[in-house]
Amino acid sequence: MKKLVLLSILLSFSALLFSQNTIPSIKVQDLKGKSIQSDKLLVAGKPLIMSFWATWCKPCVKELDMMFEKLPDWQKETGVQLVAVSIDDSRSTSKVAPFVSGRGWDFPVVLDVNGDLKRALNVVSVPHTLLFDGTGKLVYSHTGYAEGDENELIAKVKGLK
Amino acid sequence: MGRFNRATGTERSVTPAFRPAIVTMPANITVPGLLTVLAMLLFILPLGLRAQSGGRLSGNFQVDVQSYKTDSLIGAPRVDEKLLSNSYANLRYDWGKFSAGLRYEGYLNTLQGFDSKYDGIGIPYLFADYQAEDLGFTVGSFYEQFGSGLLLRAWEDKALGVDNSINGVRVRSTPMPGLRITGLIGRQRHFFGLGEGLVRAIDGEVTLNELIKSLNDKATRLTFGGSFVSKYQKDSDPIYKLPENVGAWAPRLQLNSGGFQLMVEYAGKINDPSADNNFIYKPGEALLLNATYSGSGIGINLTAKRVDNMSFRSDRAENLNKLMINYLPPISKNQIYSLMNLYPYSSQPNGEMGMQAEVMYQVKRGSKIGGKYGTQISLNFSAVNTIERLPVNDTTPVGTNGTMGYTSSFFKLGPDKLLRDFNIEISRKLSQKFKLITSYQYLVYNQLLLEGKGETVKAHVAVADITWKPSEEHAIRMELQGLWTRQDKGNWAMAMLEYSISPHWFFAVIDQWNYGNPDPDKRVHYLYGSMAYARDANRIMISYGKQREGILCVGGVCRNVPAMNGLTMTITSSF
Repeated sequence: MKKLVLLSILLSFSALLFSQNTIPSIKVQDLKGKSIQSDKLLVAGKPLIMSFWATWCKPCVKELDMMFEKLPDWQKETGVQLVAVSIDDSRSTSKVAPFVSGRGWDFPVVLDVNGDLKRALNVVSVPHTLLFDGTGKLVYSHTGYAEGDENELIAKVKGLK
Repeated sequence: MGRFNRATGTERSVTPAFRPAIVTMPANITVPGLLTVLAMLLFILPLGLRAQSGGRLSGNFQVDVQSYKTDSLIGAPRVDEKLLSNSYANLRYDWGKFSAGLRYEGYLNTLQGFDSKYDGIGIPYLFADYQAEDLGFTVGSFYEQFGSGLLLRAWEDKALGVDNSINGVRVRSTPMPGLRITGLIGRQRHFFGLGEGLVRAIDGEVTLNELIKSLNDKATRLTFGGSFVSKYQKDSDPIYKLPENVGAWAPRLQLNSGGFQLMVEYAGKINDPSADNNFIYKPGEALLLNATYSGSGIGINLTAKRVDNMSFRSDRAENLNKLMINYLPPISKNQIYSLMNLYPYSSQPNGEMGMQAEVMYQVKRGSKIGGKYGTQISLNFSAVNTIERLPVNDTTPVGTNGTMGYTSSFFKLGPDKLLRDFNIEISRKLSQKFKLITSYQYLVYNQLLLEGKGETVKAHVAVADITWKPSEEHAIRMELQGLWTRQDKGNWAMAMLEYSISPHWFFAVIDQWNYGNPDPDKRVHYLYGSMAYARDANRIMISYGKQREGILCVGGVCRNVPAMNGLTMTITSSF
């Protein structure tokens, strides 16, 4: 009986709420140690590519290298933003910042040390790339990376318009 | 095993030879509680989905199925079931600041290489969570890390069979900007039940630049913090008087200025006799020091570490990856190429002392060395020794149970080398279509002290990794690797050919050949083929062939993978 009461309360609540934002609000850290809520990574109105990676993951690094190369063109066309979420654990978290500068990457990189964002977005393994539209709605995600996969991704970004 | 009995006084849950496949639940979660959460998930969620209102239901699914063939040549044992599988499914519901979720796990029966105590199915992970800006709480299962984890890290890695999640309550609070406090109390997951020890922990962290307004925009940032963790486990040992409450503490500091970052964490623990340290009464400690520099096109990372008797579990009788409260990050490079990973290093909680230096550098495009597309060079050196261990008196050998064990001066290196790892990797894009990575490693690995067998292995490893991309969608990648050593199993060669068609297909053939094995009968080819199909966040992979016995490591925690010969299928999906 209690269950039913609880259920009906929850049901009525869920029908009342209308929130479109599906980027969860989870605390992550930038490379300077500053805390950021993950939903604040979205620039309103601009699509966001969120790529989960780790310093020890070769395909991830390949994918990010490729996106880094193509990003200026993509941004001109679509205004898309890229943020890389490192799932490195405390063995390699401190290596992320020097690694990123050692590859010359200039897009934002955040650390998800406790894996909270990874779990909230159901990332099983890396690389895992998600695309959010300008309102923060998840429109596409992809696991793994093969050379050329970034073409499908940018096609999806263009399809948003 | 005798130690096990003495410490707990009882023999705990003996796994029956046959266990019916029924849902088992952690002892502290009641059936009505579970039903409520389930009902909540099942009833609200479809509604939320249909109306696009309220929250969001999401999840993921993974199943690994493996068939086994006996192969005495490579040491693949006979598996009675012939086919085994592990599967996991996560479901979660996010609704504003509120989230709830659960994980189903099924081991029918447990894959080789994992503990067969997992056999069966259950819902070992169930949580409800509320996180607002200044206050958050979690009930049920959760993962947590304080600082760099020297004192507390609850985490999971399915590939390793590690899940030391804490079941209980956690409160997170930010009473004022720049000050964060986390407190928790619970028991850790142990297969489908809970470990007997209680874990109580609190962590505080202050970021000066956020606390003091005038420092908000300063380029130099200072954060300091500290944790205190205490575990309780009843002492029913007939011989020793063991501490039932074991307290541990860890202050830490992080300083950022320009491209520099300095991080220090020290952890201390009162005496905690356990199966890990052979029941000695010496207190434990660990120090982790890390300095990095990140400039344009260059990154430098320096780490020093000392660990002395710092194994910390919520059950003093446990071993391997079970009921660990803390995490001691290894300071060796996480090697990816398979032959460089033949002798992976893992942290030695009983004692180790070492350093690591790593430089990553990008040679500019267009320069003589950099070439048209630029070149990346990375250099890594790790060195780890034992710690000094001197007898406590003339008549007691080092490490005798029931004594203080040994004395050790903090700054003195022990006599035995555990690891030397020098590694250089050069990565260069030769043209729009060709990319080449070459890597060399010199390794000294003390197999006797690290694995308890053999001798010190000295090896040279070389790798060439070539990618050819004839068109936007097609790519062919080849890896050639060689490992040369006079010790252990001798020389190895490895070749891999991989073909991918973006965005869906992937094929690979791998051969690892132990051509230099001192025993000519064991000069085996480990031939392995696999193919995968990926669409969006779904992936299916089928592999067939022989896998060598080895150690699989992620994040420096390792598990022994037995030799296998057979078919593997893995499906992962995220939604």
